[in-house]
Amino acid sequence: MTSIGFLVNPYAGIGGPTARKGSDDPALAAQARSDGMRLTAPLRAVRAMTALVQMYPSVDILTGPGGLGQDIAPAASILPINALSHSASDTSALVAGMQGKVSLILFCGGDGTARDVAAANVSGVPILGIPAGVKMHSGVFARSPERAGQAAAAFLKDPDQPVELVEILDIDEAERRSGRLSAQLFSVARSPVARGVRQNPKAGGGDLLAETDAALAEYVRRMEHGCLYILGPGTTMGALKDRLGGGTLLGVDLARDGAIVDRDLSEEQLLMALADGAKARIVLTVVGGQGFILGRGNQQISGRLINRVGIDRIDVICASDKLNALNPQELTVDTGDVALDARLAGYWQVTTGPGRRQVVRVVH
Amino acid sequence: MTAPIANRTKAQFTGFQAPRWAEPVVMEMGCPGRRGVVFDDAPAPDLPKGAIRKTAPALPELTEHDALRHYLHLSQMTLGMMGVSLFGTCTMKYNPRIGERAALEHLADLHPLQHPDTLQGVLELYDNFSDFLCEVSGMDQFVFQAGGGADAAYTHACVTRAYHASRGELEQRDQIITTIQTHPCSPATANTAGFEVITLSLEEGGYPSVEQLKSVIGPRTAALMVNNPDDMGIYNPDIKEWVRLVHEAGGLCFYDHANFNGVMTRLRARELGFDACMYMLHKTFGAPKGGGGPAVGAYGCAEHLVPFLPSPLVVKDGDRYTLDDDRPQSIGRVREFWGNAPQVLKAYAWARAMGAEGLRTAADISVLANNYMDKRLSEVKGVSRSNPDVTAPRMEMTRHSVEQVTKDTGCTIVDISNRMTDFGIDALWLSHEPWLVAEPFTPEAGELWSREDIDYWIDVMEHVIHEAYETPEVVKTAPHNAPIHQIKGADMADPAQWATTWRAYTRKHAKRLAAE
Repeated sequence: MTSIGFLVNPYAGIGGPTARKGSDDPALAAQARSDGMRLTAPLRAVRAMTALVQMYPSVDILTGPGGLGQDIAPAASILPINALSHSASDTSALVAGMQGKVSLILFCGGDGTARDVAAANVSGVPILGIPAGVKMHSGVFARSPERAGQAAAAFLKDPDQPVELVEILDIDEAERRSGRLSAQLFSVARSPVARGVRQNPKAGGGDLLAETDAALAEYVRRMEHGCLYILGPGTTMGALKDRLGGGTLLGVDLARDGAIVDRDLSEEQLLMALADGAKARIVLTVVGGQGFILGRGNQQISGRLINRVGIDRIDVICASDKLNALNPQELTVDTGDVALDARLAGYWQVTTGPGRRQVVRVVH
Repeated sequence: MTAPIANRTKAQFTGFQAPRWAEPVVMEMGCPGRRGVVFDDAPAPDLPKGAIRKTAPALPELTEHDALRHYLHLSQMTLGMMGVSLFGTCTMKYNPRIGERAALEHLADLHPLQHPDTLQGVLELYDNFSDFLCEVSGMDQFVFQAGGGADAAYTHACVTRAYHASRGELEQRDQIITTIQTHPCSPATANTAGFEVITLSLEEGGYPSVEQLKSVIGPRTAALMVNNPDDMGIYNPDIKEWVRLVHEAGGLCFYDHANFNGVMTRLRARELGFDACMYMLHKTFGAPKGGGGPAVGAYGCAEHLVPFLPSPLVVKDGDRYTLDDDRPQSIGRVREFWGNAPQVLKAYAWARAMGAEGLRTAADISVLANNYMDKRLSEVKGVSRSNPDVTAPRMEMTRHSVEQVTKDTGCTIVDISNRMTDFGIDALWLSHEPWLVAEPFTPEAGELWSREDIDYWIDVMEHVIHEAYETPEVVKTAPHNAPIHQIKGADMADPAQWATTWRAYTRKHAKRLAAE
């Protein structure tokens, strides 16, 4: 099966120019239709499709009617969907219809679209994003439409092309409009490893996955006997949990003496586990483009818990590319406890590889 | 400065076509029976029995003429020294041909295992050059053994290890501090030598703050390894305070002078407090590099580190020079004998020809040339400068970005670089890892390139960016006038595809070869 599912969220990105911080508000799409607003997402989808077809002219495409894909890929097979709703349900219906029929879903949109695609993608088909939204913090997006097309073509042509787990993040737009950042880790999806479309062709050998893996191996080797390890969510933590017998990707788990002992715990359960005065450490990674280490997707690791463990007993492990993509170059915390946030602020050493740490400023 | 290619005509701008010779690799060019000159009375090599081949090597049979022609074609197709090459951090300089001649005349017949009494000239040269570089840096001794900049950084990591071991502090001092903009060879060699590496991040001024440095120094600090200015062209004005703080904590300070060109004679590493530094003779000091010849990282240090330097050391004893190999605290050898002697000779010749005044003029010209480029590039559509908020003038290079062009047109800096080779420009230097600036490029003119060459380089970039907006396909499919077509990078990560020897090629691509 080498066919590709292709879908466009034509309204992705419309909130950007008007500084709406996103385009989730359904009223925006309605307004765009009535104003005859020029949509940018379809243009970006065309760029990706051009690159895809150039590399793989005979590609077999399955898409939705009209603006959902057909307009851009007229030769594609069309999945009929009932009554266009001009909303997220169009995306969901298309992705549901593609299950079992395609080997890759190439979608055009932003974080909201990625979230909808991932939610409806029940059989775990690899997905890849053409960047066209206002927010694109999820790891599923290629760096440019052309690269999305090229990566899709390379993936379809090579049945052995590896996939990696990437995080699907989104920001609560209502909260963001009120000035509060709230990036959430929604799910994890499989996406083609972007071999050969890396940013610097001269870098050649750099393998950040191996680098992070070696850092995790070293961390496990140095884990203190008898100490309780509170392990946060995310794919990096997931890989650490795999080395300890396997845990949850989105939850907070507990390990002791080299093995996971409890999974997906709440704040109360974590505090209970520490009730006997056991020594503990907290292990975290950086979530998404906002650089949150505490307070997003890991609220179980609360101010009370951190105070109980000790603020100097928190370890952060994160691939260097993720740190270096931060703009500005800083991490942030939001535990809900302002005084604690102020104490957490300062320079942190983040483990980026075996024998390597990078200093990053933490602000609150 | 080179003789400028003045009064370029329109035809020179658009009429470039690199030589393209459609030839197989030399291994496929042979024809049985063809041969070069064979001497009947050529002596059989006197080799140990185990080293003598049992079967003749499978070399292609060629005439001398065919072989020469083939390699001449290859040299033409590599564009070397024919294009305009503003390759940042590499300080591309003209390598005076007199250096080649001097090396042939004075070194070709020497062997490092000769008795030192018969090597007095070359030993004197080593000693003089060490003195010269001590004058430039304020250090007390230089050695030329390291085979490049990274090797010199590794030398420092080893010297650091030996120094702390001699004081009984090695176990305690297991961390080396560096910055994210320091060349990757510093963290890499520190890791290789067994240290944990702490990398500082950039802050508002374009460099890490003193507070950030303070947050990591302590009893575990073994050394600081940095370059300054960094590749953004930004000079860290707090460097003296950095060195003071690291010394206070008991660590050593190493100044990687990869970006020395803009500050030659304007600062001395020792006066800033550094314990050691490194110069790349194949970059800053006019010796050939890369395809032109092997490299040398000249490593210099202050008196307290001299006992740990690699051996042997050239020592002046009255009016004689000797090779001192009896140095119990030495880290040993980082390379065979005394390093790449021909390079040392060529760099020495260059340095003596330049003199102190020449070095100062060259430094000033390279900063001036870069600021001229900055000004012109700032007027090119879609080009931006790294750290736009930093208003201080940049040193001898600046990191720029075409991120806006990429967003608007889909043409990346790699596409633009490929296309620029169609106009006789050598491929651009983009950036060391990590890429903190998207779609980066880092030109450096040094003192070599004339204003006409710099203008031409910028004219070409401007033209190619214009093409990116008007005819992006032309840029994305470039090069068109180069010796080869665009290389697809994807296969570089696939060991089944690439081969660095003919034997590996025949093994990995047997089917393709059979089909041919």
